[in-house]
Amino acid sequence: MASQATIDHLEAKALALRDHIVNDLTGVGKVGHLGGSCSSAEIVAALYFHKMKHDPQNPALPDRDRFLLSKGHAALVQYAALAEAGYFPKEEMKKVKTLGAMLQGHPDMTRTPGIEANTGSLGQGLSIACGMALGLRLDGQASKVYVLIGDGELAEGQIWEAAMAASYYKIDNLVAIVDRNRLQATGAICDRFDTNPVTPKWAAFGWETIEIDGHDIGAILGALDKADRIKGKPTVIIAETVKGKCISFAENNPAFHNGAMTPEQWEIAKSDLNKLRR
Amino acid sequence: MATKSQRQAYGEALVELGKENKNIVALEADLGKSTMSILFQQQFPERYFEMGIAEANMASTAAGLALTGKIPFINSFAVFATGRCYDQLRQTIAIAGLNVNICGSSAGLSDFGDGSTHQSVEDMATMRVIPGMTVLVPVDAIETRKMVRAMAAHPGPCYIRINRNDLPFFTDEESEFEIGKLYPVREGGDVIVFANGVMVSKAVEAAEALAGEGISVKVVNVSTVKPLDKQAVIAMAKGFRAVVTAEEHSVIGGLGSAIAEALSEIKDIPLAIVGIEDRFGTSATNYDELLVYYGLTADAVKARIKKIIGKE
Repeated sequence: MASQATIDHLEAKALALRDHIVNDLTGVGKVGHLGGSCSSAEIVAALYFHKMKHDPQNPALPDRDRFLLSKGHAALVQYAALAEAGYFPKEEMKKVKTLGAMLQGHPDMTRTPGIEANTGSLGQGLSIACGMALGLRLDGQASKVYVLIGDGELAEGQIWEAAMAASYYKIDNLVAIVDRNRLQATGAICDRFDTNPVTPKWAAFGWETIEIDGHDIGAILGALDKADRIKGKPTVIIAETVKGKCISFAENNPAFHNGAMTPEQWEIAKSDLNKLRR
Repeated sequence: MATKSQRQAYGEALVELGKENKNIVALEADLGKSTMSILFQQQFPERYFEMGIAEANMASTAAGLALTGKIPFINSFAVFATGRCYDQLRQTIAIAGLNVNICGSSAGLSDFGDGSTHQSVEDMATMRVIPGMTVLVPVDAIETRKMVRAMAAHPGPCYIRINRNDLPFFTDEESEFEIGKLYPVREGGDVIVFANGVMVSKAVEAAEALAGEGISVKVVNVSTVKPLDKQAVIAMAKGFRAVVTAEEHSVIGGLGSAIAEALSEIKDIPLAIVGIEDRFGTSATNYDELLVYYGLTADAVKARIKKIIGKE
């Protein structure tokens, strides 16, 4: 069980990530994937500021744990975490998606310290994670590979190729986390190409499944710790989340899959976050 | 003429390399008995990953392995290794410049019986257009072995196009192979033919026939289609009456296009491209029958040479 101090610390980090998303990485009139970034803020905070072994001063640390953002469009939340952790100066966030920027529209390992792979063409992150986990296993490294997948992304067939491969090769140094916010770019997943039921599919593919509230830090840490104890098969954490979480007008609103805030909305967003401060 | 299978040489080269470097790994999509990656599996089962009939996952898994310092070779038929996982090769492997090596086996028409779905007429084009992708087309088994070694040592992604059938030798153990170099296999003074793969032997055959007719033909093995040394192409072509290219591939986007791109910087050298005219493959009872059907013969090369210099 995580201590209350740890939970408080990570909740503050999740808030800091949302602050960066709203103030440094988007702002008024600047299009960005606010929804899917905010839905995964607690998961990303728990990994970068508690669970993972990593070193912002030495991004190539050989025995670091790896994090891959298969749903690469939510790059904002990863950039916020990397900046907050000290991988690069926070000023870089203001230049996101501008010509020559360190922070591209999707994660780019060739430009951004702390990014482990080029992701964003959906459905590929789990396969990359499998390859990394196999490579680490061949080298006898104890590192873990974490990969965050969107639930809309589960429509990609390659996810299920990788799911089969991971259980066939008993890749137990791999943890997939599904950010189940139930929305995709154009609306509700269940009304488009329904990827439900989610958990039974993973179970059928031979994975250990854990269902949690993806905004409950204690539950996230509990699931990540449980995954450490699962041997001989990969683990997937199905995290129930709210797209746009904590930004009132963006919550469950497909318009903020990749939307831009009006000046009024930006004020509301800042006020929403301020209310969460202790 | 002595011949040997490129795919056998490929599998043997992988094994050799695997003995020297523990970071070499191989991934296969259930065609190991054809691609000959099975030889690597027999020696290094722990470094061989049978990824099932799922090429896209195979390619991205290779990216992950490369990101932990491994040097992966992914194996399938050329049509699948390039077509089924084009996006995977592009997005994670090529954009990041990872050392993932792609073996496109049974390339061109060489899988003669299996027909259009299994014959690759466009793989040189699709691989060539990816920024940073090296594209190699071995002329024989010996060059294949040297290429496998060069691919592993090369930092970015490399594609090798392997023929299924036994092909004659144009190189020997002593001859050099370096990525990006052009290798003349026959000297001549009137027309220069840039060819690769099986078409090198057809071009040489055409050149020998034309020698009897007083036409002197130089033949160059362009076993690296990309990166192509444009200045070297221009320097070689200068002084010839015409340039002809010959490839077992669509006339769109392959070797002929690459040579045309290079020569577009100079004027006054006519160019003819011998290849497959914007068509898919088809089944046949043997390889030679298909080469004849698609006009990939010494006679076809000879006719194009004579036509372009006005000696029809």
